[in-house]
Amino acid sequence: MKLRIFPILLIVFFITIFFIFYKGLQNSNIYTPVVNIEKNIPSFKSKIFSTNEKISSEQIFKGDKFYLMNIWASWCVPCRDEHPLLMILSTQKNIKVIGLNYKDNKEKAKIFLKELNNPYDKILLDENGTLAIEWGAYGVPESFLIHNNKIIKKIIGPLNEDLLLEIKKLAE
Amino acid sequence: MLRFLLIVLFILNSSFLNAQENNLNNKITKNLRCLICQGQSVYDSDSEFANSLKLVVEEKLNDGLNEKQIYIFLKEKYGEWILYDPEFNKNTYFLWLLPILMFIAGGAIIFKLFYIRKN
Repeated sequence: MKLRIFPILLIVFFITIFFIFYKGLQNSNIYTPVVNIEKNIPSFKSKIFSTNEKISSEQIFKGDKFYLMNIWASWCVPCRDEHPLLMILSTQKNIKVIGLNYKDNKEKAKIFLKELNNPYDKILLDENGTLAIEWGAYGVPESFLIHNNKIIKKIIGPLNEDLLLEIKKLAE
Repeated sequence: MLRFLLIVLFILNSSFLNAQENNLNNKITKNLRCLICQGQSVYDSDSEFANSLKLVVEEKLNDGLNEKQIYIFLKEKYGEWILYDPEFNKNTYFLWLLPILMFIAGGAIIFKLFYIRKN
């Protein structure tokens, strides 16, 4: 009897391992960021695009207003696509659109805004990409909806009509 | 002569400190996963994301943060996926304990087969 328990235990052990690995195979090995967790916004100091003056996060994000922080660059093609939607959002009274110019050439960025108009209430400069890391971003374009100093929604990639509606609803 | 020696010592010392910091920087970036490139560490990658992350690690080291604090900072931003070396917690304890369990089970089999049977 004693001898029988051992092989059974061994089989159970291997079956368990098989199921764990089999389940593991179904997990995605591509990074899928968590987008719906409320997080506090990082505290930072940054240069303003137009004046090169330094400004702190506390001076930008005040009170219980809604802010859409949009990371963009003139070299980013999807940013061009989402720009008309940002222009629509900039006309909303309850949302302020803040831009974060990511690793860009300032002159080209100015041309970009001249060509497509400027939806941003303020534009911050991120010359080496370190500020985007503070925000937990990993590319452009990326947007964060902020309320009460908390990120309430993170949008990875360009905005679209559905997301625009969702943002408007959240900010109501 | 003494002045010359002091200067040489100062240069050697500062280059040694720099090398030490670079080693730590490399060690940390090798343990960070580049999130936008598959199968590459931040150290190996030349993507925009990885280059910015290398700068952040350097800045944090200059600010006096240690290796663990940098990992905690990045984990808070990007989740545990950014670390190649997963920490011991409720999600990973099986991963860490499995080799030890298998080693013990293997030892028990060998012990049972050879030692007990001989006696």
